[in-house]
Order: sequence, then structure tokens, then C-alpha cells
Amino acid sequence: MTGYVLQRLLQALLVCLGISVITFVMLHVAGDPAQLLVPMEASREDVELLRRQLGLDRPLPVRYLIFLGGILTGNFGRSFFSQDPALGLVLDRLPATLELALAGLGLALVVAIPLGSLAALKRGTLWDRGTTALAVGGQAMPAFWLGLMLIIVFSVKLRLLPVSGRDSPAHLVLPAATLASFLLPVLMRLTRSQMIEILGQDYIRTARAKGVGMAALIFRHALRNAWIPIVTVVGLQFGRLLGGTIVTETVFAWPGAANLAVRAIRNLDYPVVQTVVILLAFSIVVVNLLTDLVVARLDPRVRLQ
Amino acid sequence: MQASAGRPMPRVSDRGAARWIRLAWQLRVPICGALLTGVMVVAALGAPYLAPHDPLQQEITARLRPPAWMEGGSPTHLLGTDALGRDLLSRIVYGARVSLTAGVLAVVVSGIIGVGLGLLGGYFGGRADAVVNGAVSIMMAFPFMLLALTAIAVAGPSFRNIVIVLGVTTWPIYTRVVRAETLVIREREFVLAARALGGGAGRIMLRHILPNLASTLLVLGSLEVARMIILESFLSFLGLGVPPPTPSWGGMLGEGRIHMLSKWWIATFPGLAIFLATLGITFVGDGLRDLLDPRLKDSLLGREAAGQG
Repeated sequence: MTGYVLQRLLQALLVCLGISVITFVMLHVAGDPAQLLVPMEASREDVELLRRQLGLDRPLPVRYLIFLGGILTGNFGRSFFSQDPALGLVLDRLPATLELALAGLGLALVVAIPLGSLAALKRGTLWDRGTTALAVGGQAMPAFWLGLMLIIVFSVKLRLLPVSGRDSPAHLVLPAATLASFLLPVLMRLTRSQMIEILGQDYIRTARAKGVGMAALIFRHALRNAWIPIVTVVGLQFGRLLGGTIVTETVFAWPGAANLAVRAIRNLDYPVVQTVVILLAFSIVVVNLLTDLVVARLDPRVRLQ
Repeated sequence: MQASAGRPMPRVSDRGAARWIRLAWQLRVPICGALLTGVMVVAALGAPYLAPHDPLQQEITARLRPPAWMEGGSPTHLLGTDALGRDLLSRIVYGARVSLTAGVLAVVVSGIIGVGLGLLGGYFGGRADAVVNGAVSIMMAFPFMLLALTAIAVAGPSFRNIVIVLGVTTWPIYTRVVRAETLVIREREFVLAARALGGGAGRIMLRHILPNLASTLLVLGSLEVARMIILESFLSFLGLGVPPPTPSWGGMLGEGRIHMLSKWWIATFPGLAIFLATLGITFVGDGLRDLLDPRLKDSLLGREAAGQG
């Protein structure tokens, strides 16, 4: 196990390094912050002065090392616009994003596991076909449009829920539903196929023959074995969930980190953009690593491969 | 080949029309998909002949008109007009051009990158494979949407840049599939034979391994076109896509959003177009998988058997 942990840890570190290189190249080589910061009528000398102040005149490898050092010491630079430290700006917004992500994930699980299990139990029936159709339709649905339609129906026509913002639990309902739509199809299909496989196994037949009730059969015997792959997929889909927060926060003006990032991208506020990109990417790496380790802990076949 | 045995064989007792109807019923989902996709292709190709109005023509006296069937609507603007008095239906018909071409071209770009890297990693193994694998891991960990948004913002929004950015950020899915398959195929007899006969690595990869991946890639590519259309429309929705006034479905959604609270139709119809287009293409992709992937023959035959019993 220790060897496996070390190997995965090293891999994760290399991936983080690669992420920092790509981010650096994209923002510091492809774009020129100095050009953006100076007013149109600025002279060439002014631009040069600013470039020197920002350290943009140094050779690229040196600039990369400074950039990397900044990441390691938590110094991500200051926002071009508000002049606040970029890290603080992003960290302030993180709780809202986490709240949304957890609500969306929870909702997706609460809907997908029962629906997927039922589809597996009533395989081939109208119910099964209905949930499959829902999964296919969900995958083709542009989530930002779904969000807008939810607003039109539930906020404008029915006046049940608020349009945007984050002032009360009611504000969370529509964004969470929109975010859940990113994971729902995948989780529903997975639960269905897992349950079909498990329900065909000998120990389920034995339990059934012993007269175990349907509810106990599903919850005590079948789901228990289905949740390992479900946890794995949730971990691996964490990036998709974060991608979903970008769409969701934009549509509902949710005051989270992703919303901040989209605004910073529009304004070409590089320090804020790179902070969000790096933090999100690193957290995806960490979650994937943890998922792998948990799975290896639970299932010895993985680490002995 | 194993695939030839996989066709659903019509029963002998079936005759003429009954057989065709049964086949059509079995293939109802891909047929619906093909119809939806066909409508989109026809709209894109024939936009100048099909659209009732010039999509850019602004009619100041007819701003924010509701659809024809609502009060205040008129048959001249079937789906109503936007804030500048432009005909929504005409803009949706023209918008098919942007979505379809961006989707297909982005898949071509990402497919070339992804398949190329997958072949290299899978065929050569060792260090080349480690590099390819590392690149895939890095790309998979990136918050893809932020990467694409940032790249567009830096490069400037334009049709060409969208295709390039979508292509460059979505290739890992092909690499993973191609690499895994290549690892298996390179050990097969016909590849070993080609190598023994002195075939070069490039020739073996392109002439012997790639054709074996064609059906898998066709299915994957068609499903990816649907995903690219959604991504392109989201970029346009944020104003980071095809610049106005070119009509694009995502851009129309973004403009319609401002008036969403009172004029629901401006944001609803372009989104419906995106949904139907991606649904149609997904159905076609699923249908292709059912036809080309031999694993499915079992379930198709299984359904036949159940029907007989």
C-alpha cells in the first residue's frame, strides 16, 4: 500500500507542476498584461516602465520560477482592478461555491440512486425506459438553458422561487437543480447498470430465497456493493461538477468563485484568473488522488495490480 | 470478422412491408435522430432560401414582438423578434451554420490531436506512453471550461479561435480510447506480420491499426459533436463566442437573457434549437454504436427472442 500511495503522490505532484506550466504559458506568454493595463494613449516608455515594474522584462524561465514560488508561498499577486490580493478575493468566494457544489451533488445522488435502482429492478418496463430517456435527454440538455427555463417557469410564471442571488435557502433550489443536471445522467446510468449486475449475483438470490424483504435486499445487500463504483465516479466527476458551477453561477449570479473567475476572465484580470484556475485544478488533483486511495483501501485488487 | 455476424437478421417469416415497419420501429430512435440532424443540416445549407427574413435586418417598429400565436404576434414573425426587431426564426435558421460547423470542425481538430497522441503512446509504449499519459492527466485535471474561457479571452473571440480552443482542450477523450485499443491491437497477428515484413511504425499505425478504430472513433466523434455544440453555445452565451451580429444560438440566448423576465421567447427558442440539435446528434451517435459495436448484437437479438416467446 505504501508503495502505491507514494507512486500516486508523485504522479499528482507532476500533474500539478504541469498545470502550473500551462497556466503560466497561457497567461504570461500568450497574453501581455502590460499592454492591457496602460491607457491607449500611453507612450512606449510608459509601457516599458510598467513591464519592468511587473517583472515582465526578465527571461521566461526566471518569470516562471517567480510564478511558481508565488504559488508555493500563497502569493498569487494582486487584482489588476481592485488591487486586493487575488488569493483573498478567491477564498472569500469559495464557501458559496462549496455550498452550491455540495447541494448539487447531494441532489443528484438523492435523485439518481433511487431512480437508477428502480430502473434496474423494473428492467425493461416503461419505468426503465422513462429513466433511460431522462438520462439521454439530460445529457443533451444545455445546462445554462435549463437554468434559464427554470427561472422563467418557477420564478417568473409561478413566482415560487427567487431569480438570483444567495440570501436564503430558497435561493439555493434552482441553482442546485441546474448543477445536479450535470451529474444526474451519469449517476443514474451507473446506478442502474451496477444494480443490474449485483441483482444477478448468487448472494442476492440466496438472500431472496431466505425470504429477505425487498427493502432490506436493496439497502442492506445490493446498494452496499454498488456504492464503491458510485463513490469512484463521483470522485472522478468532481471536475465536471466544478465545470458545472461555472455555468450555474453565471446563470444565477451566484456569488461564488466561478462567477468571480468569469468576470476576471472578461476583464483579463490575470492574477485573479490564475488563482482560480490553479486552486480549482489542484483541488481536482487532490480529490482524484483521494478517490484513488480510498478505492485502493477498499478494494485490494486495485493496489496489487 | 466478428462484426459481420452482428447484424440483426430479419426473421424468415417476415415479408415485405411488415418487415420494414418492424425494422423502422426497432430503429425509431436513430431515425428520429437522423431526422433532427437532417433538419439542422438543411437549415445550415439552405439558410438563405429557408429563412423568411434577413437575419441581420433590424425593424425598429417591430421590436420584441411575441410569437405569432400569442397576442400581439403576427404571421410575418413566426417566433417573434428580438430587442433590435430582428426575426428570431430567421436568426435560428442561420444560427445552425455556426453551431454545426464549429461543432464538426472542433471535433476534427481535437480528433486529430487526440488520435495522433493515442496512437503514438499506445504503439511505442515506454517513455512516449508516459509523456502522453502525463499530458492526459494534466488536461483531465484542468477545469476545462475555465481553460477554454481564458484561452478565448486571451486570443480574442472569433470563429477560428473557438474551433482551435475547443479542439485543443478536448482531445484527451480520444487519446484515452485510442491508446487503450492500440495497446491491444499492436499485439495482434496482423500487426506482427506487417512488422515482420518490414512495415514502418507510421505505416503500421495509419494503415493497420487506425482502420480498426474507425467505427469506435465514428461513434465517439459523433457524440462529441453534440458536446462541442453545447460548449460553443455556452461560450457565445457568455459573449466569448462568435462575435455579433453573426447569429449564433448561444449568442441569441445571451441577448435574450436580458429580456428574460418579460419576453420569455427570445431565450427559449434558441435554447430549444440547441437541445434538439444535440439530442438528434446523440441519437445518431447511439444508433451508430448499436450498429457498429458488436457487443450490442446480443441485446438486439435478445429483444428479438423475447418478442418471439
